[in-house]
Amino acid sequence: MTATSKTPIRWHVAVFLAPAVLVYTAVMIVPLFGTLQLSLFNRSGQEAVFFAGLDNFRTLFFDPRWAASFWNALWNNTWFFIIHMLVQNPIGIALAALLSSPKLRFSAFYRTAIFIPTILSFVIVGFAWKLILSPLWGVAPNLLDLVGLKSLFAPWLGKEEYALTTLGLISVWQFIGIPMMLIYAALLSIPDEVIEAAECDGITGMGQFWKIKLPLILPAIGIISILTFVGNFNAFDLIYSAQGALAGPSYSTDILGTFLYRTFFGFQLQTGDPYMGSTIASMMFFIILTGVCLYLFAIQTRLRRYQF
Amino acid sequence: MIRTTLTGLLLASSVLGTAGMAMAQDTTITIESWRNDDLPIWQEKLIPAFEAKHPDIKVVFSPSAPTEYNAALNAKLDAGSAGDLITCRPFDASLELYNKGHLADLADLPGMENFSDVAKSAWTTDDGVHDFCVPMASVIHGFIYNKDAFAALGIEVPTTEAEFFAALDKIKEDGTYIPMAMGTKDLWEAATMGYQNIGPNYWKGEEGRNALIKGEQKLTDPQWVEPYATLAKWKDYLGDGFEAQSYPDSQNLFTLGRAAIYPSGSWEISVFNPQVDFEMGAFAPPVKNAGDTCYISDHNDIAIGLNSKSPNAEAAKTFLSWVASPEFATIYANALPGFFSLSSQPVKMEDPLAQEFVSWRDKCESTIRSTYQILSRGTPNLENETWVKSANVINGTETPEAAAAELQKGLDSWYKPAN
Repeated sequence: MTATSKTPIRWHVAVFLAPAVLVYTAVMIVPLFGTLQLSLFNRSGQEAVFFAGLDNFRTLFFDPRWAASFWNALWNNTWFFIIHMLVQNPIGIALAALLSSPKLRFSAFYRTAIFIPTILSFVIVGFAWKLILSPLWGVAPNLLDLVGLKSLFAPWLGKEEYALTTLGLISVWQFIGIPMMLIYAALLSIPDEVIEAAECDGITGMGQFWKIKLPLILPAIGIISILTFVGNFNAFDLIYSAQGALAGPSYSTDILGTFLYRTFFGFQLQTGDPYMGSTIASMMFFIILTGVCLYLFAIQTRLRRYQF
Repeated sequence: MIRTTLTGLLLASSVLGTAGMAMAQDTTITIESWRNDDLPIWQEKLIPAFEAKHPDIKVVFSPSAPTEYNAALNAKLDAGSAGDLITCRPFDASLELYNKGHLADLADLPGMENFSDVAKSAWTTDDGVHDFCVPMASVIHGFIYNKDAFAALGIEVPTTEAEFFAALDKIKEDGTYIPMAMGTKDLWEAATMGYQNIGPNYWKGEEGRNALIKGEQKLTDPQWVEPYATLAKWKDYLGDGFEAQSYPDSQNLFTLGRAAIYPSGSWEISVFNPQVDFEMGAFAPPVKNAGDTCYISDHNDIAIGLNSKSPNAEAAKTFLSWVASPEFATIYANALPGFFSLSSQPVKMEDPLAQEFVSWRDKCESTIRSTYQILSRGTPNLENETWVKSANVINGTETPEAAAAELQKGLDSWYKPAN
């Protein structure tokens, strides 16, 4: 009679988890630790690879040139993220609020149209915008010329002051659909009873949005912010396709991703340095890890969730 | 029904696939290259000429984008998935591949005797013992111009700098043409078509280049700063929004006849010839004072080597010997006017523009790009930094002096001259 009290080992759980765990380990976890490990090594001369401890990190932070490149890339990356937070998310929320309004006609069309850029390849987006903004054959200068405002046009992608902001806005244009869809879904999931109760209490219109709907979608906004953070600090493709690996002009659009690419794989006459490259990749990992942990432990735990 | 069709399709494809493999009894060798512009020439002229002689060897030319080539090639070589033949960039990029054991030693290859030491200099070890690529071609820098535009405006071909800027002023005043087609967006145009194009006249070609390598001259010396000062003056003659103008934009501006002068090099000839409907001419970088010795950048640009891990090494060597032969040199130089053979054997060329470029070899001193040999071995990489700085100088965001000082500081941080 003792057998009944003993819970059998549930093998099926392990079996069902195995494929995902194996694939994820092989393609994500092992390379990640490989990169972290590589960042602790260096090579002298042609062959000898030796354990360098934290020397690569010391070079990255204290060698004046490496440090300048790294902080430049980190700041540019932060600015890229700030643009997304300031432009993409508010506009995404506004679009979602508009779309969820029952009075709006053709909302399915708008929803699709706004979401389409998200499914385009970075290369297409980068190339298309390069053409749109081209000072020679671009759509933008020609359109401005038609209304006599050509003087307002500047070579946006060629000026140190504007290039990164321009690219940030292009990226916003591409990804605006994601916050819009997530928040749209969150807005739709608010039960009618809550809205009706608010109306009975005399909260309507904008007040209703700020006092009732916004608090209810805050968790979704939190998720979007963290997705944006991870996406931005891993970004590379758009800058590479629009500005090239040297992230010109004068490194003003250099973000961590392009800095990593140039260092790891080399560029033109510069040969690749996998050890310093891994060091930068490790820093990117730590930065993202810190950001995500901050969010998970400091912000998400304080967000109030409402059960309906 | 759909399922049967699908099964049939899969079956057919697998059968055909194996059939294809069974037919491929011949050795197939693959060439890695960054010259995607040359694809038609390889497919229509060079490969058929070779395959006619060696019917048992099939050659596949598989190019990638120029800016991605080095990184992609390194990754492929490390992964062991690179082609049998590797198109070699000049100097350190290829030397590094040889030192890593990716390129085979070709010093004993039949045909190598057709090349002088200077021709082989870009693909040999520092001691000159091991050659690892068969030299294919060099390119000469200069200015290509629209002859019709010059005739219409009554401009003589400039030989001195004063004449050059006078011509630019005249074109600008007239307003029909953009004086010069160049953009700074891709950065390398500013360095390659700007700094390395006009520079040799200032630093006296090989003399200055070798002095820089020996540490006897600095990039902050007047002869290295002055070309930047001249470049800074170009700004006013470039098209609207040149800061965002890319390399293909510049090419198009010139071939569409909207720009009068295109600072460039002989490698454009084969690209431009089928595109333009006006007559093109070329002039060497103008000298400072009439009668000065002129210097041109005649840069060893392209060679081809053998992947040391190639399973088809014998077939690949046969191909390389053919590349070293006068037959290849003649086909290549004429199919690709502007890529001048490095072979010691005389090569006859038909293209007048190519003849113009190559004629400068007789009246001017030749040199190669200053940043390529030895000086781009460290980090920061002098060549890449020169791209960025040249673009900054033309954009007007950095003074010539500041740019040169930065470059020298970067070079000093890792480069110690041998003596």
